[in-house]
Parts: sequence; C-alpha cells; structure tokens
Amino acid sequence: MIAASRPRGDAVPSVRRRSWSALLWVAPAFATYGVFVLFPMLQSVQYSFYDWDGIGPATPAGLDNWKAIFTQPELLQSVVNAFVLVIFYTVLPVGLGLVAASFIRELKPGAFSTTARVLLFVPQVLPLVAAGIAWTWMYSSDGLVNQVLRAVGLDRYTRAWLGDFTFALPAVGVIGVWVMLGFCTVLLLAGIGKIDPALYEAARLDGAGTVREFFAVTLPGLRRELVVCTTFTIIAALASFDVVQIATQGGPGYQTMVPGVQIYRLTFLQQHVGQASALAVFLAVLVLLVIWPIQRLGRQR
Amino acid sequence: MTASGLAHRVTRTGILLALMLFAVVPLLSMFTTALAAPGSTPQGLSWPSDPHWHNFVDAWSAANFVALFRSSTLIVLGVVPATVAMATGAGYALAQLNVPFGKAIYGLLLVGLTLPFEALITPLYYDLRSMGLLGTRLAIVLPLIGLLMPFGVFWMRAHFLGTEPALTEAAKVDGANTWQTFRRIHLPLATSAWSALSVLFFLASWNQYLLPLVLVDDPTKRTVAGGLGAFQGQYGTDIVLLCAGSLLIILPSLVIFLIFQRNFVKALMQGAVK
Repeated sequence: MIAASRPRGDAVPSVRRRSWSALLWVAPAFATYGVFVLFPMLQSVQYSFYDWDGIGPATPAGLDNWKAIFTQPELLQSVVNAFVLVIFYTVLPVGLGLVAASFIRELKPGAFSTTARVLLFVPQVLPLVAAGIAWTWMYSSDGLVNQVLRAVGLDRYTRAWLGDFTFALPAVGVIGVWVMLGFCTVLLLAGIGKIDPALYEAARLDGAGTVREFFAVTLPGLRRELVVCTTFTIIAALASFDVVQIATQGGPGYQTMVPGVQIYRLTFLQQHVGQASALAVFLAVLVLLVIWPIQRLGRQR
Repeated sequence: MTASGLAHRVTRTGILLALMLFAVVPLLSMFTTALAAPGSTPQGLSWPSDPHWHNFVDAWSAANFVALFRSSTLIVLGVVPATVAMATGAGYALAQLNVPFGKAIYGLLLVGLTLPFEALITPLYYDLRSMGLLGTRLAIVLPLIGLLMPFGVFWMRAHFLGTEPALTEAAKVDGANTWQTFRRIHLPLATSAWSALSVLFFLASWNQYLLPLVLVDDPTKRTVAGGLGAFQGQYGTDIVLLCAGSLLIILPSLVIFLIFQRNFVKALMQGAVK
C-alpha cells in the first residue's frame, strides 16, 4: 500500500544486498561471546605454555604441561574415565530410550503413556547437583541400593558403592543414565511421531514383526534425532563436572576423576594454572574431534 | 489376542514400569528420608512411623531459602532476556540479511557450541578478578550470557532460515525498512522459537553450578544449584536435613515442569532437531 503511493520505477532495494548496518544486529551477541568465550579460550591456550600459580610471575614451560597430559597417570586416567562415562551417558540412554520410545509409541494415547513420558523426563529438569545428592544417598551404606540387596539376601554384596575402587565409576555412570534417559526417550519419541504411518502399514502388510519393524522403519527414520541425542550426551559425558564433583570429587583415588573436576582442582586447589589450562584446551579439542564425525554422519543422506 | 501378542504386551508394560520406577525411586527415597527423625539415619526407603514434617521448616531456614530464590531469580532475569534478545537479533541477521563476513562470524560462534564450560573457567576467574566482579552476581550473569550465546544464535538462525522469503520481499515492496520488517513480521512469527529458547535458558541458568561454585563465595548470591552445592557441603552428614533441603530447593523447578510439561517437551524438541 505504501508502495502504491511511491513513484513508479523507484528501485526496490534487493533483500540480499550486503549491508554494513547488518553488522549492528550481530554486534551485541558477538561482542559478549568474544569477551567471555573467545578471548578466555585464547588465554587458556596462552596459559597452557606457562608455569603459573595464579599470583606470582609466570615462567615459560614449553610443552611440559601438554606432555604431562599423556605421561601423568592421574591426568591420563581422567581422560580415559570420560570415555568410559560415554557408555553410561550415551550408549545406554540412547539404547534404552529407543526401547522405551518404541514401546510408548505402541500404547494408545492415555494416562499411562503420558505418565511414562513425564516421569522419565523429570530427572532432566532437576539440577545435576540434586541428581548427585539423591544418588549419593542411594549408594551410601544405609541407602536404598544396599537395603534392596539385604532384603533379597545378597548381604555380602553390600558396600559403600561410591567409595569402592571397582564400582565407583560405574556407579557414577548410572547417575548419567538416570539423567539422560528421559531426554533421549522424549526426543526419539518425537522423531517416531514424524515417521510416515504408511511405512509402518507397509511393513505390517509385508508380515514384519515388532522387531523387524523396528530395524526396517523406526531406526532409519530416527537418524537426525539419534545424531542430536548422541551429540548432546557425548558432550555431557566428556565434559561432566556437577555429578562427579558432588558425588565423589574424583575419588576414591582417581577412580572417578574426569577432566572437568581435574581442571577445577588444578586451578583452584593446587594453583597449577598452566597445567589446568593445557587440560582445558585438550578437552575442548577432544570434544570437537569426537562430535565432528557424528555431525557429518547426520548431514549425509 | 494371540499368546505372543499378550507376551509382548506384558514385556512392554513390565519394562516401561521398571524404567519409570528407576526414574522416581531416588526422589522417593529422598522424600521418606526427609520425614525421618532429625539427626537419625533411616533406611533408604521406609515410611517413618511418625513423619517429621517439621524437617522441611528447619531446612527452609537452614538453606536460607528466601535469599537463595531471590538470588536465583535475579540471575535468571539478568541472563535470559538479554541473551534471548541478542541471539534473536543475531540469528535474524545471519539468516535474512547479508551480513559482511557472516559466514566467518557464524563459524566462530559454532565453535562455542561444543565448548565445555570447564575449558573457560580458569581464565574467566582471573579476568573477572581483574574486573573486580568476583563475588558479585554479575560474575555469573555476564559469562553466562556469552556462554549461552552460541546455542541461542544457532537456534534462532535455524528458525529464521525457515521463514518464507516472500514475506520479506512483500514487506520491502511495501517500503518497510529492515527494522520494521523484523518487528512487524518476523518477530511475531518467531514467538514459539524465542519462548522455547527462554525456557531452555531459564533451566540452564537456574541449574548452573560450576560458575557460582568458582566465582561467588557467598551462597546467598549464587544460583539455586550453587546454593544446593554449598548446602551439601555444610550439612552433608545430616542426611535427613540434606534430603529435606534438597527437596525444597528442587520443588519449584519440579512444579513448573509438571505444570508446563507439554510446552517443556515441545520446546525441547522444536529446535533440537533442526
């Protein structure tokens, strides 16, 4: 309507014209990101080549901090533990989530399916700190896990799970399963909802059972949701901090030490700022290297 | 119904019930423990003969509940509107306008998408110390805005990429400038995207633990999660009080989730699969 009042032939500016004023739209976001993310990241890289206690002068340390990641057992162990946690944060929740989601899909919409969806999702909404506290109590000598073992006559297997050299890491891992299961289930369930029902009918006409149907229709149809679940949970596993810090602080020994907790301890308890920074940069690069191929996989057709 | 169909139904219900039990049992155990006699060490899951509801009142004052909530609310109000606004602007520009170096800017932002908070916490501590902000809520708010930004821009850009280009063209023909096009056409259409983003950012700030732990000593200036961590450090041995306090602290997010669970889940799924 405004255009009608304008003289004909007045050039309508092209939408895709390169405009410097467009930078103004991006500037606030990029400035805060630059100051509080990019700049500290570069500082981390710089710190990683120095020996610094955070107060006195820093002395150049060459590659010492970087070599230590691969030679000091407690640093290397933290990286290995992070990958063990991937089994619990990613493999189990995605696997169980697939099972739960395809079961819930089969149910008629109603109270039971809604309750299942909501209850499974609850742990995802709570702070991870609360998850850590709840499970620390579950695993303690008087906690529910041991209570159940005693009730079924397996007294000799009771123990303080988080203090046990063999079971501490899997025990922390189960907390990860608890937190991530609902996220994966709900996301995968949404994905299943988008699969063309005709595909399921076709499978049924071909005489496919529940299992065949799952591998032939459900799984291929969930490719993008699976990529999102895997990416999100792998980052949560490799960069875990809250749960471990609350439940075990990395102990007993270094059995549950993860890079996140190690960085925190190196900086704020041991004042090895250079070493902490090297591990921090290493962790950031590691996450990128693991996530990259998964994202590529998701984009392929 | 065939026998195998029945067997399948029984297995299905059994497995789903087991998973649901797994999800709620830790919270139930906390609840019964919170009702036990003060200072006692009850069994993991046992209904006390005389429930001590007063434990919640004790925990209310021990956890300094009012101060903690006030602080968390202030932090959320500092983080969420600012981050959502900036991310919406940037996402719009990167999707709809021809930003000079747009590809490079977006590429740099994507790097931050996978960056663990721990990877930045060391330099952030020293930077905020030299800014004189350590111990203040700004020490949590400002870094959090920067740390959440990559996800916000990613999310909003994905939304604006999906809007009809004809809308922009039509607005241009009508003589609307960039701001008017955005304000009158694109922003109203993006309501579901930015409100979903706000919900996710609310949770991310409310539940943030690492930043408050490192940057703010006073628990009453932290987030709820940070305060809960301090509460555990202080009352870790008094399991009854710890359970009561923890439940009080997580109750609001639980109630909000149960009320808005439909929107919550929708919010989560909307952008996650773009």
